Amino acid sequence: MSEISPALFWVTLSLLTYMAARAFYARIRFALFHPILVTMALIIALLHVGGIDYDEYMSGGRVITFFLGPSVVALGLPLYLRLQELKRSAPAMLTAVLFASAVGIVSVVVPALMAGAPQMVVRSLAPKSVTTPIAIVVSESIGGDASLTAAVVVVTGILGAVIGPLVLRLVGVVHPVSFGLAMGAAAHGIGTARALEEGELQGAAAGLGICICGVMTAVLTPPIVGLLLG
Amino acid sequence: MLGGLAVLLLFLLIGEAVAALGVGLPGNVVGMLLLTAALALGIVRVEWVRRSCDVLLDNLAFLFVPPGVGVMLHFDLIGRSWPAIAVAVVVSTVAVLVVTGVGSQWLFRHKGRFLGSAERRR
Repeated sequence: MSEISPALFWVTLSLLTYMAARAFYARIRFALFHPILVTMALIIALLHVGGIDYDEYMSGGRVITFFLGPSVVALGLPLYLRLQELKRSAPAMLTAVLFASAVGIVSVVVPALMAGAPQMVVRSLAPKSVTTPIAIVVSESIGGDASLTAAVVVVTGILGAVIGPLVLRLVGVVHPVSFGLAMGAAAHGIGTARALEEGELQGAAAGLGICICGVMTAVLTPPIVGLLLG
Repeated sequence: MLGGLAVLLLFLLIGEAVAALGVGLPGNVVGMLLLTAALALGIVRVEWVRRSCDVLLDNLAFLFVPPGVGVMLHFDLIGRSWPAIAVAVVVSTVAVLVVTGVGSQWLFRHKGRFLGSAERRR
């Protein structure tokens, strides 16, 4: 292995696995086999079987996640292209996400408490809907575990991307801005990736969803958790 | 393509610098808002960034694979409380989706009524 760069190996393997998972998903079209879910399951299984630790995988993983930063910035383009349509909807979007952020915190804390999760876990779950950098800061400020929060944020994002379109269709959400906003608010970047598949306006609204829900969750989580957990 | 990437990275850098001052938003989200503003003000032209943005956004989902693999680090902790975590995350994700989606759609459709009353009050 000394001649081969581990980063090159892991990036290539991730990419090939993802391409295969995507091709498989295109055929089967069954939400549970979302390409990210299949890819991460296969890679986790491989690391487990090979006794390889996460840090070694991340020598390549870091190369991939580096592009998350510029990709979030890139959401500024659809946002600009759809600015006129979105500006008109701003008060409605802010109001809906304000309520959704509060509901999102209460509806994760209360069931987790009732199901008997330890306090530290409950606190780590509270900011689960928002983008990782915000979620981590919020989690630490209320006594949660930052790395558990990071894991739960990813799980939430994948769940939202998988069930989001189905749930929204079931409750009769057809407006493209409402669709995107909900995907971004509930499932941050992963939901946004899914919303972009539906169209530019959906993607732009999802980018705003990440932003609005992130700010409101950062503001609302400490007082709400304080009220519920003391 | 390369020029567009340079613009995106520059805005990320500026966003990170602004975020470091403590605005409550991560640097990448600040960068996104600054890029929108720069496009609106004509400081950045759409043609400069279009191709780079399209390439990155078309493949956004793939970039979440490494953080997804990172979930393996917490199998122990998640495993011990998994029913609680699973129930809470599912309930809450559905709740956020429904409140945001249905709520905003209802407000869009009934906006005429609110604006009308606001204007009458004025």
